[in-house]
Order: sequence, then structure tokens, then C-alpha cells
Amino acid sequence: MIRTVGGHQETTDVERVFREVYGQAVATLIRVFGDITLAEDAVQDAFVVAIDRWRSESIPPNPAGWIVTTARNHAIDGLRRLARGRELYEQLAAVASAPRGRGDDWEEGGPVSDDHLRLIFTCCHPALRTEHQVALTLRLLGGLSVDEVARSFLVSESAMARRLVRAKYKIKAANVPYRVPTAAELPERLRAVLSVLYLIYNTGVDDAERASLRSDAIRLARSLVGLMPTEPEAAGLLALMLLSESRVSARREEGALVLLRDQDRTKWDRALIEEGHAIMRACIRHGRPGPFQLQAAIQAVHCGADSFEATDWQQIAALYDHLYSVMPTPVIALNRAIAIGETEGPGAALTALDAIAPDLDNYHLMHAALGTTLRRLGQRDAAKAAFERAARLAVTEADRQFLAHQIQELAEDGALPGRAQDPIDKLVDGADDPLQPRSA
Amino acid sequence: MSQYLLSTYAVEGEVSGAPRTPEAMHTFMERVIALEAEMDASDTFVFGGALHGPDAATVVRVSDGDVVMTDGPFVESKEHIAGFYIINADDLDAALAWAGKVVAALNHPIEVRPFRATGRVKDSVPPGA
Repeated sequence: MIRTVGGHQETTDVERVFREVYGQAVATLIRVFGDITLAEDAVQDAFVVAIDRWRSESIPPNPAGWIVTTARNHAIDGLRRLARGRELYEQLAAVASAPRGRGDDWEEGGPVSDDHLRLIFTCCHPALRTEHQVALTLRLLGGLSVDEVARSFLVSESAMARRLVRAKYKIKAANVPYRVPTAAELPERLRAVLSVLYLIYNTGVDDAERASLRSDAIRLARSLVGLMPTEPEAAGLLALMLLSESRVSARREEGALVLLRDQDRTKWDRALIEEGHAIMRACIRHGRPGPFQLQAAIQAVHCGADSFEATDWQQIAALYDHLYSVMPTPVIALNRAIAIGETEGPGAALTALDAIAPDLDNYHLMHAALGTTLRRLGQRDAAKAAFERAARLAVTEADRQFLAHQIQELAEDGALPGRAQDPIDKLVDGADDPLQPRSA
Repeated sequence: MSQYLLSTYAVEGEVSGAPRTPEAMHTFMERVIALEAEMDASDTFVFGGALHGPDAATVVRVSDGDVVMTDGPFVESKEHIAGFYIINADDLDAALAWAGKVVAALNHPIEVRPFRATGRVKDSVPPGA
């Protein structure tokens, strides 16, 4: 990202506009040039021009169209001068001379959004590995610099550059199509796109250094909803992110994790909750529930409760039943068991947990949930063993500290049966994506 | 139009999912014949078939100007290519759809890899594909 003219308000505006239009502009130029790297370079060049022009004049009414036109003209000038570009230039000339060629219609609005959608599906093609899907999505659609993408995934800039080169090589060599999937393929392919966006969001949860990924993911989800307004799963993902986001400021206190039960609900962002609830009401009218809408609906119930005690656990358990019926994964079964603990008590929860324990033996939150349930049943030794196993399996320092605290509290419980404390509602608080367990 | 190599692998001489009885072999061959007929009818099939085992292979190299032969495969490995198709397909999605049919017919996983035509095969690939 361009940060060379620091201190100018105009630069911030220009940068914001640039991020917003970057994906659209790159997408259109990939269609025109048939080459991702050439499109990226052309958009970067156009942005250098834009910084000067937009600061001295003003940001044009259609910045995406301006960037595309400028980028295309610069790229064609450059190609003319380069021997290696001559062949490509001839192909371009053929495109431009075709009657009502697709090369010149980006200024009219519609086709630009078609290109944008095409690029989303190319970046998230299932033949690409997940880490490549994520990197391409952030770089090409999110407009992040290679360095920014690298920092988001804790790798060096050169390693990320190599990763992007490999991903783009496969797209080109294998001829990964640049089009919106057919109706028959769409549900599965859309789910791949949504999973990538949700993975980006979750990477920014519980990590202050990577918090900007959450806003990147929300921005991308918003644009996807704009591009596919009749796909309720896309809207469901956006609602899921907004409802999770609404509680972010209450999830931490002095660096430590605050459980849903103990969160100061006055810190929740009402505007985000209202927007999430409104999206969910619109989704329900579509009558086509899916995994993301159901997860969002669960979050909507949590966000709609004035207190932990007032939570409609019957509703949440019913939603988990529904979610499990469409997506029978062990992690969803685990969340469902925790909800059963609230509706039917710890005995029923333990039965449900025992049934899935073999599948999730290496998942720390499974053992944490077991520990909590055993504690509520007064089985202190078994509870301690479960928390200790969870602590050994935990990935993040925050989780380890949290579990150490549970073990300490258990010791302080003495012989008391304990209040109906449920320390692992971290799970229902949406920190982990049930579709992609972080620790797997 | 692009071209792709769809290849199957044997591990230590065994192709997983291969037919084990004469009856199974018969239905297997029927599926393969039907698949190749479908590929032919859609101008998808370029070339393909099964390979004899790596023990039947000979490596040829030039050493000090002389052609030298060595008995055995190029790479000593547990896995060896057991058979392949070269197909024409519009793009990776079309190739993957064919791959799904091949997997169903062979009952065996396959690798899909873009094939870059050289020499006279190039005539069958339009420029820019």
C-alpha cells in the first residue's frame, strides 16, 4: 500500500478509495489482459498517477473506472515498448477491434461487478490450497500489499511473495477458469469462498496485531453480498461476522479473555447487532437456511439476550440441532453438547460429550468442555485431569492462561459443588470456526 | 482449449481399487470402454492407456558422448505411474469434471496436471490456450 505521502488527509482518502476499488480494477484488467501479474502492476502504476491527480484535483465520481482506464492505457503503452509484450498487444488489439468487445464496457458499471465476482471464485477455487486461497483473496481482492499479507500470516515478505507466485502460476498453467460457477456448482463453490472469508476474519480474532484482518474480511463479505444479493448464505456470513464483531471490545480485559457469561454487555456494539439482526430477518424470508445463516442465528440469539441468564438456550440448542443436521462435524456436535448442558443439565451434556470425545481427542476445547461439565457434576479429580489435558493441547498463550485459571479455581472450590459456572462458553462465543477447527 | 494429463499411480506394483476377479475385470473394462467412447465423442480423448510395470523400464542417457542404458525406472520409488490419459478440456473445471468420471470408472485416485503441448502436438492447441 502506498504510504509515501504521510500526513496528508487526501492520502488517507485516496488510500481508502484505492482499497475499495482495487479488487474491481484488478478483476477487470485480468479479464482484459488475461494475466494477473500484469493487471496488478498496471493498477499499481495507475494508483501512482492517481495520488498526484486526485490530490491536486479531486477524487473522480467513478474511481474504479478511472483506475481501470488509466491502468489499461499505461499497460498498453508499456507493452508496445516491450518486445515480449508485442504478442500480447496484438491479442489486445484483436479484443479491442471486436464488435462491442468486452474490453471497453467497464465504465458502465455492470460488467465491472461481474469481473469482481469472477475473480472471487478464481481466488477461492477448490483446486488451490487454503493458504493460497487466503493469500490471493487478501492480495487481489482486499488490496493488501504483499508485506501486509505476509505480516497477517506471520511469514516473511519473501515467503509470501513466493506463495503468491506459486498460486498465480497454478492458475495460469492449469487454466483455472475466470468465471462465475454454473448454478449446479455454485453452492459448493460459494461455500469455499465464504469459508475463506470467515477464516480471514477468525485469523484476526484474539490477536490485536492482526485485528485489521477482521475489517478486511467484513469489507470483502459486504462486497460479496452486494454482488450476490440473492444468496442468503453470503448474507449469513456477513451477519455472523458483524455479530461476532459487536462483542469484540467486551471479549478482552487487560489482555485476558472474558467469557460470554462475564462480559459487560453494555460494551457490545448496538449498531452492529442491529445490522446483524436485520440481515438475519431478511435471510429468514429467503427460507433457504444453510450453515452460515444458522451460525449467525445462534450468534443473534446470544446478542439479543440482556444477560447470560436470559439467554434462550432452548432456541440455541434447536439451532445447533439444525446446524448439525446440515453439517455433522464433531466441532458442531461439541457446541451442541454445551448447549444441552444449559437446557438439560451437566449429566446430559456429559453423555453427549462422551459420544464425540474420540473424534476430538486432540482438540483442547473438547477437554475444556469436559472439565467444565465434570466440575458441575462435582467430579473434581476428573475435571482437573480434563483441564490439564486441555492446557497441554492449547495452542495460544491466552488459552493456556485461561485453563490454568480454571485449574486454580477448581482447587479453590473445595468440596463445594460449585455454581453452575460454564467457563468454556468461549466456544459459543464464536472464537473458533466450527467449520475449520483451528487446532486440527 | 487446454490439455491435461490424468494419471494413475501404482504403489509397490498394486493399483488400489483394481479389479480382482474375472467378473470385476469384465465390468471394469466395460466402464473404461464406455468412458473412452464418451471422451472420443466429445473430442476430449487425445491419447492414453496403461503402462507395464517399472521393472520393464530402461533408462537411456548420454555419457561422454556414448548412449548408455540402465535396466529399471528413472526414479527408484514405491510409486510409479500406472496409466494415463491426455485430454482436451476448456479449462481446469472441465478437466476436473472429466477426472471425476475417470475416478468413477477406475475406482482409483488420479492426478490432474496441465499438459503443455510441444512439437507437432502444438498444432492441436490454439495460440494463447
